[in-house]
Amino acid sequence: MSLISHCGGLQENSVHDLEKDEVSTGTTIVAATYDGGVIVGADSRTTTGSYIANRVTDKLTKVCDNIFCCRSGSAADTQAITDIVSYYMDLSSIQMGEPPLVRAAATIFRNLIYENRHQLTAGIIVAGWDKKFGGQVYAVNVSGTIVQQNISIGGSGSSYLYGYMDSQYKDGMTQEECENLVLNAISLAIKRDGSSGGVVRLGVLNHTGSIQRKLFLGDQLPKFYDNVLVKPQGDISGGDTTMA
Amino acid sequence: MSSIGTGYDLSASQFSPDGRVFQVEYAFKAVENSGTAIALRGSDGVVFAVEKLVTSKLHEDGTGKRLFSIENHIGMAVGGLMADASAILDIARGEARSFRQSYNVPISLKYLNERLSMYIHAHTLYSAIRPFGCAIIIGSYDSTDGPQMYMIDPAGVSFGYFGCAIGKAKQTAKTEIEKLSLKTMTCKELIKEAAKIIYMVHDELKDKQFELELSWVGKHTDGKYEEVSKEVYEDALKYAKASLDDDSGSDGE
Repeated sequence: MSLISHCGGLQENSVHDLEKDEVSTGTTIVAATYDGGVIVGADSRTTTGSYIANRVTDKLTKVCDNIFCCRSGSAADTQAITDIVSYYMDLSSIQMGEPPLVRAAATIFRNLIYENRHQLTAGIIVAGWDKKFGGQVYAVNVSGTIVQQNISIGGSGSSYLYGYMDSQYKDGMTQEECENLVLNAISLAIKRDGSSGGVVRLGVLNHTGSIQRKLFLGDQLPKFYDNVLVKPQGDISGGDTTMA
Repeated sequence: MSSIGTGYDLSASQFSPDGRVFQVEYAFKAVENSGTAIALRGSDGVVFAVEKLVTSKLHEDGTGKRLFSIENHIGMAVGGLMADASAILDIARGEARSFRQSYNVPISLKYLNERLSMYIHAHTLYSAIRPFGCAIIIGSYDSTDGPQMYMIDPAGVSFGYFGCAIGKAKQTAKTEIEKLSLKTMTCKELIKEAAKIIYMVHDELKDKQFELELSWVGKHTDGKYEEVSKEVYEDALKYAKASLDDDSGSDGE
């Protein structure tokens, strides 16, 4: 009896470890609207526990030509959901005879996530441009709430960005201003968040109807104050001054 | 009628030797017996007008309406068997609702028209069911798509229109509609013309009593489908009656 329970204990632990080590996009994702469209951005790190399974991941996932999403949470779950929404949007563009609305795509994401919220770990930012409403950003969180925002951040790295975004984002930014903001934000998060890293990928969606991509490698990222070691200036205790 | 007694008119799922489906043609006849309904698509919206025949003096005013709202922004005029029209109305409202549920955006008229046409057409294919004995006109206004209008007949065939008419006097009504420069006219002008056409085509000898129904959807209603206000109704009615008096007056001279 005690042996069985002991085994059970072990098994429980190992199952728990597997779940913990699920391939996940511990991530920094950002989407922001500017005057005329939206910018989506993401880092490129995919981890399995502490192992970096992919350091050049493309987390900007196409739903259809005019709609992209940034995925966070379980890589498997978010991939599967995006595939389903992508199918719906392809069907819809044929039925309706025009590119789908971003709002429609986001609502389908929400419905799928909400209906299956107990089995899924998926936080998704849906961003895109359509003729009717222009550039839009919708955030769908793990519990299935949908919120339309001008700017949305997500993934583990986003915790380091709230204040920065609040202070820097303005309504009616130009495309260039907005690109810089998103690039800066992800670069900052990459520096602080252990689960974010690699390169920065940006995507611009506007009236052109298809994405315009930009890639920033590690050495092309903007530099910020980097916690450089303080040069000792004399003895902190005020005693021996010969140390420097 | 060439179809009677041949045995080819008993089922909607059988062709006659010369390639016709008589059950569907009979459904068209059902529409031709009903009071006239017209709809006009102008520069800033769609207006609907119906000649609702009153078959008994004992009926309450304003009952048995033939203009319906399918969604916030979509209106429908019907002609033919009212019970069949109600069934279609139900389906149409269901489509609009489920579309909103799935996509969180109002259904486009183009898509609703496709769904309804398919549904109505499906009823012309099987021997176990009867085709719908009604034709419908649907119209909507949207700030990006502008005014739109479609008519679906009992066969499930549909087209987009600038102006269309169904029912008893559809030919005369269409001739009158063609005289209007629809693309440049606004709803406020068209509603009067619509009322006038309904009064003009009404046959006082055959159908004594009728009620005029007017509704619209357009820029001026903020994209909402609604019955016209009492003032607009009275104005249109006055205009219709006045122009009829003018016509009969000039005839006499």
